[in-house]
Amino acid sequence: MSSSTVERERISVAEALADSGVMARRQLRKVLRRPTYVIFAFVQPVMFLLLFRYVFGGAIKTGAINYVNYLLPGIVVQTAVFGSLVTGLGLTEDLKAGVVDRLRSLPMARSAVLIGRTTADLLMNSMTLIVMVGVGVLVGFRPSQSVGSELLAFLLVLAFAYVFSWISAFVGLSVKDPETAQSAGFIWVFPLTFASSAFVPTASMPGVVRAFANVNPMTLAVNATRSLSVGHGQALHPALGMLAWLAGLLLVFVPLAVRAFRRT
Amino acid sequence: MTNDAPAILAEDLQQRFKSVTALDGLSLSVPTGSVFGLLGPNGAGKTTFVRIVATLLRPSSGRVSVLGHDVLREPLAVRRRIGLAGQFAAVDEELTGRENLEMVGRLYRLPAREARARAREVLERFELSDAADRRVSTYSGGMRRRLDLGASLAGRPPILLLDEPTTGLDPRSRQELWEIVEQLRRDGTTVLLTTQYLEEADRLAQQIALVDHGRIAAQGTTDELKAMIGAQILVVRVADRSLTLAVAQALRVLSGGEHPLADEAAGEVRVAVAAPSAAIAAVRILDELGVEPSGMELQQPSLDDVFLTLTGHRAEDQPATEERA
Repeated sequence: MSSSTVERERISVAEALADSGVMARRQLRKVLRRPTYVIFAFVQPVMFLLLFRYVFGGAIKTGAINYVNYLLPGIVVQTAVFGSLVTGLGLTEDLKAGVVDRLRSLPMARSAVLIGRTTADLLMNSMTLIVMVGVGVLVGFRPSQSVGSELLAFLLVLAFAYVFSWISAFVGLSVKDPETAQSAGFIWVFPLTFASSAFVPTASMPGVVRAFANVNPMTLAVNATRSLSVGHGQALHPALGMLAWLAGLLLVFVPLAVRAFRRT
Repeated sequence: MTNDAPAILAEDLQQRFKSVTALDGLSLSVPTGSVFGLLGPNGAGKTTFVRIVATLLRPSSGRVSVLGHDVLREPLAVRRRIGLAGQFAAVDEELTGRENLEMVGRLYRLPAREARARAREVLERFELSDAADRRVSTYSGGMRRRLDLGASLAGRPPILLLDEPTTGLDPRSRQELWEIVEQLRRDGTTVLLTTQYLEEADRLAQQIALVDHGRIAAQGTTDELKAMIGAQILVVRVADRSLTLAVAQALRVLSGGEHPLADEAAGEVRVAVAAPSAAIAAVRILDELGVEPSGMELQQPSLDDVFLTLTGHRAEDQPATEERA
């Protein structure tokens, strides 16, 4: 190691993947050992589900489809987006604790910090979603499409959550402090999830809000999921719209997050 | 670019953050196999320098190399050779000590088996074996700091960067950390240590550089620096404060010409002296002046004394921010 001949300054893709694996494992271990996080990830979304199913649901008119079948795809997408907020939150905690400095001083792939983190959060999110669907079935949700169609719906939701993890990473790395990251996260996530077709039909909203809700990627994701899982409405059109959104968001936010990470 | 390149070589480093100049032409050469102490007050630029060496920060201008590898052109080669332990214990609370060390070992690209063996070795050496499989959240402050130091060694880097490693530690934990650093030096690790405490630099470092407003104000072995500032500080207090300046003037001979620090409000004069015997000479001088001291004592030089003697001003916290940029 003491020779000063020029060494390899490139990290191979295989090495970057191995590093991402190490980072993802770290994250999953941390999360599963933190009781508060488990509550945040599982209990809170289930409470939301029960609240809309049994408290608000009776007052919401969804026409031909019963409310629990209308609600579940919406609340699953909302949970996925909320779940992606932890990406940014966790990164600010690592920044504060000096962990990011340590990692950036190691001969690892710097991209692995973000890739490992978003991957671990995706796995956590998929566990949450499985629990949500399970609880949904217990309270009356009845998926009615083919297994392939249901799986496709699930994958669409995960893709949606993954892209939002990168937005959340960018926000976290930009604000740098956990408390701010938390409030900043809710500021953009709340309008996005509630001004959408997740809980109520957009037709019931006043003009401007409806216009926003109809182009909201959240609405597109919920409509595609709803169609693929319970056969309500069209699938192809909203799914394509959503994928276009996701591709655009990834193109913007992955480079932004990586740049923010380099600069911290 | 030879095999006997210095561990760390910095040439005319400048670092400017918006309106603040953190490094102002810092040049430094750290030889391999020793502990090098970077001594200075908060804001002098110590942390900024460490962050540049660790490839966390790009300097505004100037050059730094680690064992002959330029930090800007070959950052990966530099990262393979350094371990960094900062002012915080950058370890994961929810993981065990062993898991923390194995993870860092893997990220240094050690094969799994070697990372495990290395983790075991570090745990043993830092007396953390009993706590190895407990979560870090149950560790004491001293244990965390030891684990953090251990993590910086998990990849066997030849150079260790320790940024104020004992800040915030209780005296016993500080003592334990000092012993570890001494042991590392005996094993041949090069250590760059920043500190605000002269005592710490004195105890651990073979070479000390004094950092003042982003540059090196003085450099040498501890003995050389002490010879420059006097081995001890003689404090003389007079009851009649109006005599303070006259006493300071008269005692100037004891310091070899350096101006003693006179505090008229307190009636106190501080002189850097080479040996305790200077106290006897001081008594004679005061006697000749006809001044009766109200108190006299010999003190170990403080960072303040070192600064005052070598830079002409006190070692107050300096405005340059040391926050991560």
